[in-house]
Amino acid sequence: MKNVIYLFLRRLRAPLITLIVVYAISILGFVLIPGRDTAGQPFQMDFFHAFYFVSFMGSTIGFGEIPYEFTAAQRLWTLVSIYATVIAWLYGIGSSLALLQEPMFGRLLRRRSFARAVLQLNEPFYLICGYGVTGSVLVKQLLRRDIQVVVLDVNSERIDALEMDDLPMTVPALAADASLPDVLDDAGLQHPHCIGVMALTNRDQVNLSIAIASKLLCPERMVISRTESDATRDNLHSFGTDMVVDPYRTYAEYLSLAAHAPYLHLVYDWIHNPFHRPISSVYQRTRGRWIICGYGRFGSALYRAFDESDVALTVVDVDARQLRDIPHAVEGVGTQADTLLQAGVNDAVGIVAATGNDADNLSIIMTARELNPQLLTVVRQNIHENNLVFRNSGADFVMEPGRIIANRILAHVKSPLLPQFIELMLEQHDDDWARELIQRMNGVIGAEQLDCWSVSVSPRTAPALAQVLEEGSAFTLEHLLLNPHDRTQKLSAFAILLQRDQQFRLLPDKNTELQSGDEILLCGLNKAFVQMKWSLNNYNVIQYLMTGDESSQTVLSALLKRFAGQSESR
Amino acid sequence: MNREKVIFAFFIVLAMTLNFGFYSGDIDNPDHHNVYEFFFAIVVSMICTVLKFGDRSHLGALMLATSLVADLQLVIAACIWGYAEQVSGAGMNAANMSSVVSLSAGALLANFVSVILLVLETAMLRR
Repeated sequence: MKNVIYLFLRRLRAPLITLIVVYAISILGFVLIPGRDTAGQPFQMDFFHAFYFVSFMGSTIGFGEIPYEFTAAQRLWTLVSIYATVIAWLYGIGSSLALLQEPMFGRLLRRRSFARAVLQLNEPFYLICGYGVTGSVLVKQLLRRDIQVVVLDVNSERIDALEMDDLPMTVPALAADASLPDVLDDAGLQHPHCIGVMALTNRDQVNLSIAIASKLLCPERMVISRTESDATRDNLHSFGTDMVVDPYRTYAEYLSLAAHAPYLHLVYDWIHNPFHRPISSVYQRTRGRWIICGYGRFGSALYRAFDESDVALTVVDVDARQLRDIPHAVEGVGTQADTLLQAGVNDAVGIVAATGNDADNLSIIMTARELNPQLLTVVRQNIHENNLVFRNSGADFVMEPGRIIANRILAHVKSPLLPQFIELMLEQHDDDWARELIQRMNGVIGAEQLDCWSVSVSPRTAPALAQVLEEGSAFTLEHLLLNPHDRTQKLSAFAILLQRDQQFRLLPDKNTELQSGDEILLCGLNKAFVQMKWSLNNYNVIQYLMTGDESSQTVLSALLKRFAGQSESR
Repeated sequence: MNREKVIFAFFIVLAMTLNFGFYSGDIDNPDHHNVYEFFFAIVVSMICTVLKFGDRSHLGALMLATSLVADLQLVIAACIWGYAEQVSGAGMNAANMSSVVSLSAGALLANFVSVILLVLETAMLRR
């Protein structure tokens, strides 16, 4: 961006010309005005001495009157020149300082250094547009996994907040409108190391234009977008956006799962949320009637999701027109006890406070709990700053859209197989299956954090494994799950999904022989993930896992082995 | 009529004419080359350079380059003049004068290119 220099030069035209003209006139004056030398003879100053004198006079150094003492006429001219040159200098310096302080100039400079920082990135990075709740959670989690990010946000306060946040890596960030393609380009949209673009702003139109720009410029690049409306959602899908997240719909599905299949819900929760609930917390009393307070975007998404899974519902809303098509509806806010009683709070199993007002939502669940202490409470949090109150509200679920999207996207970033697994699980299996799975998970990881990762059997990602398979050896999943330090022990992990030739197998059998091109999704402790990398990358370790033979494969050891064999046979 | 264009063209042409006036005459005869004319040639050439600052077009870049060439030649000529008169003690002899004038001839060429570019730009504008 040469804009900065051009702008600087253009603005400095007038001060520079003033300076040149003032100097020229002063010099000319000294050359023309007759002086007198020490002997009293007339003396005409030449250009060399005039330039010398004006130079030190203009910069107010002042060496005195040279080469001879001045006459009154010369002194008069000096007086004029002093003021003229000093003013010319002040004008010049003042204009350059003013230019430096101009917001536009600062913006140009910041944009320039941002573009340069992005250009110099030499590791894979994600471009994140929008540093709200979702953006900040994602940035923190990605950095925790040592993945570089670049951040854009239209609001400069958020960018300031990013600079104040204590992040482990330097994150190039710029306050600019991400819907403009040239801003996206500066942020590394076409950078060879950019692995994905995430459009997470809270305006659908902006997300849409980010996704379009990205898909047009780099069709192969992964694009994840957030949206709140069905129309935008379809639009985004139509040009191949890799992942579209609708916070309300996502949370509605999540919650309806809790209502009709608590164990499936727990599996879902464990996989998505790093800080998961213990197995004992599973909600036993979830079957029955639910009350939804507030029939807005979230409320209606919830209604649809619950309706699909045949849950009895009562809707409470202030706006009677919205409730026309709903069989069980009560008019009112839901903060008053009589409205809730009318909605049947006494025999309901759960209540969702889904209005757009945080104070109303808190009031609804507190009133409802007083009327029916057994009630499951779900509360929607609209403003992130209210975190403290909501954490201490005692609600069973706090629905904060930002966090939900962040967890969803993070699962996708960890492994694209993860969303696939969830989808298959919900399609094919019931709660009893999930109950077994969760108990198995619990047996493997205990109270620690569940991590998920995927292994793809290819020479690039698992060189040793690929080599062994090429040699024709049979390598099963069980082998992969042995501890590379001691094959009598197992790693704290197990496979939950196997992808082979576009076919998916949930919970693959441990005797499954691996093939080249397989993708395996595993879950377990993070420690096991680190140990598994040994088996994937080290040929000797793999041999050890398969045969128990710990010998190395060097030429020297082969010779020694042969020698030992000969002496034994002798 | 664009006032800015008038000033711009005025200074560019003036830089060339002043330079030409200084250059014309016997190359080694100090009497044929006026020091005031030389002074004004330098000043106008510098003003020309500043006027060309900040033009992002390709033609603007070329004009700035020719102007910088003229400045360079004239400043070196001025240095030689100053050195000959004040430092060396030899004064303005034929050898020194001819170096100054030949340098200014180079600057004249650069000024000439500048004027051609100006004419070209105007012609393109008309079309």
